[in-house]
Amino acid sequence: MEKMLVCIQCPQGCKLVVSYSGEQVTVTGNKCPRGAGYAKQELINPCRTLTTTVKTAFVDFPLLPVRTLGEIPLKKVFGAMGEISRLLVKKRLRPGDLVLENLSGTHVPLIATDDMTMGEQNVKGSEICG
Amino acid sequence: MSGAKWDVAVIGAGPAGLAAAIAADKAGARVCLVERESRPGGILKQCIHDGFGLVRYSQKLSGPEYAWRDIQQIKERGIKLFTDTFLLGLERGKERFALTLQNSKQAVFPIAAKALVAATGCRERTARQVFIHGQRPAGVYTAGTVQRLINIGGHLPGKNCVILGSGDIGLIMARRLTLEGAKVLGVYEIKPEPSGLTRNIVQCLEDYNIPLHLSTTVSKVHGSERTEGVSICRVDEKLRPLPGSEEYVPCDTLVLSVGLIPENDMLLPLGTEIDPRTGGPVVDQLLATTLAGLYSCGNALHVNDLVDYVSESGEIAGSAAARSALGKQNCPRHVPVIPRGDIHYVVPQKLDIAAGGQGIIYFRAARTLADASVEISAGGQALQQKKYPAVRPPEMERIVLDLALLPPGTKELSLNLRG
Repeated sequence: MEKMLVCIQCPQGCKLVVSYSGEQVTVTGNKCPRGAGYAKQELINPCRTLTTTVKTAFVDFPLLPVRTLGEIPLKKVFGAMGEISRLLVKKRLRPGDLVLENLSGTHVPLIATDDMTMGEQNVKGSEICG
Repeated sequence: MSGAKWDVAVIGAGPAGLAAAIAADKAGARVCLVERESRPGGILKQCIHDGFGLVRYSQKLSGPEYAWRDIQQIKERGIKLFTDTFLLGLERGKERFALTLQNSKQAVFPIAAKALVAATGCRERTARQVFIHGQRPAGVYTAGTVQRLINIGGHLPGKNCVILGSGDIGLIMARRLTLEGAKVLGVYEIKPEPSGLTRNIVQCLEDYNIPLHLSTTVSKVHGSERTEGVSICRVDEKLRPLPGSEEYVPCDTLVLSVGLIPENDMLLPLGTEIDPRTGGPVVDQLLATTLAGLYSCGNALHVNDLVDYVSESGEIAGSAAARSALGKQNCPRHVPVIPRGDIHYVVPQKLDIAAGGQGIIYFRAARTLADASVEISAGGQALQQKKYPAVRPPEMERIVLDLALLPPGTKELSLNLRG
């Protein structure tokens, strides 16, 4: 069996040809090793990084951008979105800080990708802002 | 009335401006950064998806994470950042640029700078600029506005959406709208091929079974108070509507992703030469415009596909502006870079051959070509060649030219792209 895929690991978008019979999988057309890994994973269980926002308790920073630290199965994305929609961030987080340890049973953490302390400074009208 | 004196003033604290300010500071200049919004980061603040930084950091970061790295450096270096501050006036004096700024703390106040970096980014093309018929009902948005409403404001602008244009922001918003519970009925692209990156077609449309209709456009918006639907029609190879191909699609929201235009309004009174192909200033490889002391970078210079190259241009402009302000710049000697063959545009449009070192040349193809090659030559002598399996207009290409290769007495350089 043969399948055509476009690699989504970087903007180059290599056109991959995946040939497989039983356990044997060969990938061609990839310019780097990430392409082969992507193609094999895509056959078994397509996985994606999920990026979205989480509600916060702070008026100056109502939504915190977040992403999964690693990929989760594509078929679990909508379930994960449901879980994320029920979260409320009550601490001022910075990029890399943990929002959730295990998103929707994937064992993949959800992390903050923006700095909520920047909003705080603006509310105070701090000196750094000129 | 000249106010605080700076070596370099950078206008705009998006990725280009942040990189320019850091580079100018590294080069030893006293630099200030002026931003009209309350937080630095520019458009990256609302680009919460990942894929940024693969070139610069070998990592897939989200937009806010990418900006944060530069913002941290701005803070560590103690670079002066004016936020919530507008540029009201800009004049070129004998030795300095005179800027009139306005914010809520200092009201209207002047500053002066020996060199200026314009890092003002770009704007989205609107419905009025793509000739869609109909009244002006609520529910017609640009993709960037939808992105801001959802990602920063937490508002879903509609439930049944049609997207016109297959630019990357439109594709990313198709996925984002779907994840947030809206139905994206389809993406319509007037051209026979998508204008966004292929990976975005895969991970934004195919993952969510969102149909992509090529050679199809929106001809009319229906509804007077609120959008009720759109007429779509197929077009021929000259992009003219095909009679009888019109169909009605009921929807409450039309999202436009139909192109970006560099924003250089503030430079117009200064008389800087603008390249009609890029919409940005004419520059040399140091990103110096035709007005001494004025530099341009990022999407204000030309619309980029990757933020990594926006930062790169910011670094070039910032350090060149610092050297100019500190009197370290040699007297320039310019030769034109002439685009030939299937080149749509080239940046820089000229080279300062007195500067030496390397010059980074960015270009876009005028049409899709397989097995393409580009050749840089001077006086009929080939200096450098690069081959590509394929070139596409939506994908910017980049060549690094060693200026030492230029033969003495070079009068012009040509950049020739062939399929």
